[in-house]
Amino acid sequence: MSAKTLYDKLWDDHVVRTENDGTSLIYIDRHLVHEVTSPQAFEGLRIAGRQPWRTGSVLAVPDHNVPTTDRTAGIADPVSRLQVETLDQNCRDFHLTEFPMSDIRQGIVHVIGPEQGATLPGMTVVCGDSHTSTHGAFGALAFGIGTSEVEHVLATQCLIQKKMKNMLISVDGKVGAGVTAKDIVLAIIGEIGTAGGTGYAIEFGGEAIRDLSMEGRMTVCNMAIEAGARAGMIAVDDTTIDYVKGRPFAPRDGHWNQAVSAWSALKSDEGAEFDLVVRLDAHSIQPQVTWGTSPEMVIPIDARVPDPADEPDSVKASGIHRALDYMGLQAGMPINEVSIDKAFIGSCTNSRIEDLREAASVVRGHQLADNVKLALVVPGSGLVKEQAEREGLDKIFTEAGFEWREPGCSMCLAMNADRLEPGERCASTSNRNFEGRQGKGGRTHLVSPAMAAAAAIAGHFVDARTLVEKENTQ
Amino acid sequence: MMQAFTVLNGLVVPLDRSNVDTDAIIPKQYLKSVKRTGFGPNMFDDWRYLEPGEPGMDHSKRTPNPDFVVNQPRYKGAEILLARDNFGCGSSREHAVWALTDYGIRAVIAPSFADIFFNNSFKNGLLPIALDEAIVDQLFREVEAQEGYRLAIDLEAQTITTPSGGVIDFEVDEFRKYCLLNGLDDIGLTLKHADEIRAYEERRRQEAPWLFQE
Ligand code: SF4
Repeated sequence: MSAKTLYDKLWDDHVVRTENDGTSLIYIDRHLVHEVTSPQAFEGLRIAGRQPWRTGSVLAVPDHNVPTTDRTAGIADPVSRLQVETLDQNCRDFHLTEFPMSDIRQGIVHVIGPEQGATLPGMTVVCGDSHTSTHGAFGALAFGIGTSEVEHVLATQCLIQKKMKNMLISVDGKVGAGVTAKDIVLAIIGEIGTAGGTGYAIEFGGEAIRDLSMEGRMTVCNMAIEAGARAGMIAVDDTTIDYVKGRPFAPRDGHWNQAVSAWSALKSDEGAEFDLVVRLDAHSIQPQVTWGTSPEMVIPIDARVPDPADEPDSVKASGIHRALDYMGLQAGMPINEVSIDKAFIGSCTNSRIEDLREAASVVRGHQLADNVKLALVVPGSGLVKEQAEREGLDKIFTEAGFEWREPGCSMCLAMNADRLEPGERCASTSNRNFEGRQGKGGRTHLVSPAMAAAAAIAGHFVDARTLVEKENTQ
Repeated sequence: MMQAFTVLNGLVVPLDRSNVDTDAIIPKQYLKSVKRTGFGPNMFDDWRYLEPGEPGMDHSKRTPNPDFVVNQPRYKGAEILLARDNFGCGSSREHAVWALTDYGIRAVIAPSFADIFFNNSFKNGLLPIALDEAIVDQLFREVEAQEGYRLAIDLEAQTITTPSGGVIDFEVDEFRKYCLLNGLDDIGLTLKHADEIRAYEERRRQEAPWLFQE
């Protein structure tokens, strides 16, 4: 048998049937559901008189619309409330497991899947959400789907798919101290572009990726979609297995050993062929900041904002021009002179315990800069929040002037009350800096948790490593 | 049942930007709807109107942005959107496709599409056509030069005919073409294979029982 990539193996394990043109029916093991992309799918089931194929494969949670402030009074916005109530009702009607807003286990769908052990190595995982790629960190085939596909998976447990191409992104060597998973993935996107992964399933490998914790690996896979790839994945190793062990939905008793031995095969074989291989030198990666309105518009913290006059391609030059204009930046200015109005630490990219620890280590002993109007810390789940409070991280943030909130998507996409006003500039640990993403006219700069914390304290972008070093030498 | 797509002879509107994301096609405040319809007035909402929009407003009373191409009188009633590369990137929201179709767009032509958007389009009778960059460039020039510019798209023959009689071939997957031509609901098609799905599940339950621990 010829050598296979990790993606080949995951694909082959899930093919139910294949048509002559290569279109295949793929079996789905785990279906995560949230309130925004599911109501029309449930409505479709009702109209057609269909029932979910396997209710036990579904885990539902409201996250996009939930308030991050006191929830005892429920959701104030009636339209958001209706959407969340619709999810609750659909889960009751179709007998699906849901963590409602009041449940301590509630949180961002991509945080709670792994946290509960509902995401396991070797699974196919889908969700009506493009950041489902996050779950690929477990050696799973995980990707976002549209609402029609949500309905299709509910009704048939399968998806109609064509196999993607294989890409390997290898980050070779070790990153320097203070360079995080977020910096690695932003550097990757800067390298290959936001359409660089279109049509591919990306496997991330190399020493710098292997060195990451599961939290860091999730951050990297989360943003595979920002590189254009529906799915990103990382081979299973001891880090993966240690993380999964003992979680509520993880295999139990006799199944555990059986599962672990099956999972050990979840890596690309020696000599497996990729359609494309991209290599990055880990050592050259610096803390990153996006300057524009697409995640590929990214530079190291010590660099300057580009000048459209230096870009020979006229379509690209006008894109740079438009982005600078929207972002209110001057061509050629150093990014570390750009001051911010708000900071947001949260989202499915960076709201796990390790992210909060990373930010807290920078914040400790400092105060929010005077020009920063609001700095939000929004944990990814109720359980992350609880753990952070046990570790005293909430105190570090609140004493420095940050707000400590309830879990949800929050200002990542501003569907609830947390948003930017027109013209406001934000250092954000989320994944998208599109025009208006965090509120109409808002200006988003994507950074790591450490860099967002550092910007909040300095009032402008700054290399987080210098703050921490200063701290250590005092 | 989705609308079948056979032949379309439609007015073309050019949107000359790359990386048009689904947040731009339909901003998040409109995603709170629990319906599939009614998104048309909010297609490209941030670009299309001068004042900010919220769900529940009377959008016909808002001020259209005269600089935004879709608002120009010569493109009124357009059914074909001509776009640049990586169209539909970003979130998986199918609402983006629903906004385009509700507005009246039946086909999008671009050098490349984001995967999820591309997939979602077919589920809703919207035909995404990927053409070479050079051909798309040429189409942009022609549309801008000639008012009332229309293209005739024949899905069966996989051709696009320009006003001057030029014919451009395009690619489409067999299976997707079949569903689109017939307006078929693919859940119904998949359920014809229910026995195979059950057989797969049985086999898998033996190999990997922990996946079925519920
Ligand atoms: S945190 Fe942001 S990117 Fe993640 S699921 Fe929520 S809205 Fe989407």
